[in-house]
Amino acid sequence: MTMILGMLPSILMIVAPILITAIGGMICEKSGVVNIALEGLMAIGACTAAAAHVLMEGSGMNHSLSLFLALAMGLAAGGLFSLIHAVAAINLNADQTISGTGINLLANGVTIFASQILFSADRTREFRMGMQTDALGIYPTAYIALVVVILSWFILYKLPFGMHLRACGEHPGAAESVGINVKRMRYWAVVASGVLAGLAGGCVVLTQTIQYTSNTINGRGFIALAAVSFGRWSPLGVTGAALLFGTAQAFSIIANNIPALRVLPTEVFNILPYVVTLAALVLFSGKNYAPRSAGLPYEKGAS
Amino acid sequence: MSTTRKRLSESDGFVSVLVVLMGFLVGTILVALVGKNPLNMYKALFQALSGYNIDNGRMNIRYVAETLNYSVPFILCGLSMGFAKRVGLFNIGGEGQYIMGLTLAQTVALLGPQVVVLHWVLAIAAAVLVGSLWGGIVGILKAKYEVSEVVSTIMLNYVALYLSRIICLQLPGATTYKTANFPKTALIENTFFQQITRNSLLNNGIFMMGIAVIIYWFIMEKTSLGYGMRATGFNKEAARASGIPVVKSISISMAISGAFAGLAGGIVALGSFKYGRVLAGMDNYGFDGIAVALVGNCTALGTTLAGLLFGLLKNAQALMQGKQIPKEITFIIQGLIVIFIALRSALKLYQQFLDKRQLQKEVGIQ
Repeated sequence: MTMILGMLPSILMIVAPILITAIGGMICEKSGVVNIALEGLMAIGACTAAAAHVLMEGSGMNHSLSLFLALAMGLAAGGLFSLIHAVAAINLNADQTISGTGINLLANGVTIFASQILFSADRTREFRMGMQTDALGIYPTAYIALVVVILSWFILYKLPFGMHLRACGEHPGAAESVGINVKRMRYWAVVASGVLAGLAGGCVVLTQTIQYTSNTINGRGFIALAAVSFGRWSPLGVTGAALLFGTAQAFSIIANNIPALRVLPTEVFNILPYVVTLAALVLFSGKNYAPRSAGLPYEKGAS
Repeated sequence: MSTTRKRLSESDGFVSVLVVLMGFLVGTILVALVGKNPLNMYKALFQALSGYNIDNGRMNIRYVAETLNYSVPFILCGLSMGFAKRVGLFNIGGEGQYIMGLTLAQTVALLGPQVVVLHWVLAIAAAVLVGSLWGGIVGILKAKYEVSEVVSTIMLNYVALYLSRIICLQLPGATTYKTANFPKTALIENTFFQQITRNSLLNNGIFMMGIAVIIYWFIMEKTSLGYGMRATGFNKEAARASGIPVVKSISISMAISGAFAGLAGGIVALGSFKYGRVLAGMDNYGFDGIAVALVGNCTALGTTLAGLLFGLLKNAQALMQGKQIPKEITFIIQGLIVIFIALRSALKLYQQFLDKRQLQKEVGIQ
């Protein structure tokens, strides 16, 4: 028991960004747009935050202010980039998987290209100090994630705005007929997912590492995407899924300190979240919890 | 006039060329914006394409051979993606199928019987088989359990990566990043190619790729299997109603799709390296194969041409870096190309708009 408590801070550190991103992905799918660009959007946020922080730190800015501004910039960059997906999916009826894949590829290039221009290396320069833990050993990102979950639940299920947004993902035609602007709602949702993924990217880079490299995000966005379907598109479910995946990932780091687990290669724990997801998707197959119109373009007046 | 435009905007080949040109255009502007000379980018591309160095007038055929060699996995992963796309599945799992192929080829190369020819044939066969198994799992998950192939392939990619590490770390002579050297009998090198191309890495894999392209074309265009798959892709319910076994069709096509990517892994393992690699990350051929297939409209010829373009971009990377152009510009161009492909639906919207206006004009409403 004490061991699990001891592990809690590092589990929370790993879970927080995955959870924040997954909530964004969930909001996006609730509105009827599938966003597989979460991975790329996290990368954009992480690179922006890391570059901003190291430059502001170098200029002698107050540490907390610099961290705050870096996170804000990562968030804004993610939001801006997600507009590409919004225009493609909402205005131009593009195939959402293709445009998401395009953004992932593009983010891969843009982040390192920017590092080459800014720092003349294939990574951002190392910053001296990232986020600090509080008295309990917990990073502020865990509290950010908590706020994001509660807010998303409140907005989606307690406000008319959220009900309208969900209607757009279930039956856009019906939503339009009662005067909801489907395209505008979907814009809000896509940008929300971009903003949250950008924020989460910043959280990753400022808590778990000291610079942005092409390996920083390393599949976290895809794990978040899986957490959305594993969590059955509900805030509570997604939180549970993110906790499970994050714990499995944390184990690969912690297993070294537990004699009984040291005999296994650490890769076994790396595999865990993915295998668990696959198994869960098979076990819970049959009943479909996904928003009915997720992934389908909406054309006014059609059908 | 308007009919020509209409025909052009409906021609897949034309749209692909347009999309590639737009990708390069935006890439060029970006390079210029950050204060570099875009001409250097094109010099590098030209050298990778023709072997001719414009700056010093030297010719080196090796660059051409390397471009061809880089194209092989791109084309094969493109075929993998294209095959699945024809049945209406989006195979993001090319990467995992590629990794499993690579891993099994390395394993057989280090542990298999060291008999001339038989050894590398076994290694390549193992790569193809495990690739099709890895793809087939996705097909079964999709057809039987209705698990979205987008999610399951992404999961299987990471399972493949870590499984590959577990396996490769057990192979003879394994350190944290490589294994012992392969025995000579496992390599697929081609000494004739090496002689005429100044020791490039071009190998017999290119023949295997050629055969794969022909098989792809044949299955797709000439067999009832391909017909059933295309019918499934166009309309699953209609295919089911006309007696095409949809579950079988999906599973088999995913297995064949995986076989192409597995072959790519086998060829890279035995052709471009003399030792087994313990992968630290993904090679990304599988992901780029998505773009290759989309640019090539999933046809055999189109995918081959698109794969050659991607091989060219990859080979030009080092040359660009030498000319102070960040090599990541090639990734940006690839990403832009895919985004522009997604936007091609805009062409259709534009055409609808034009048709509507035409109609309004004809009936006299202004």
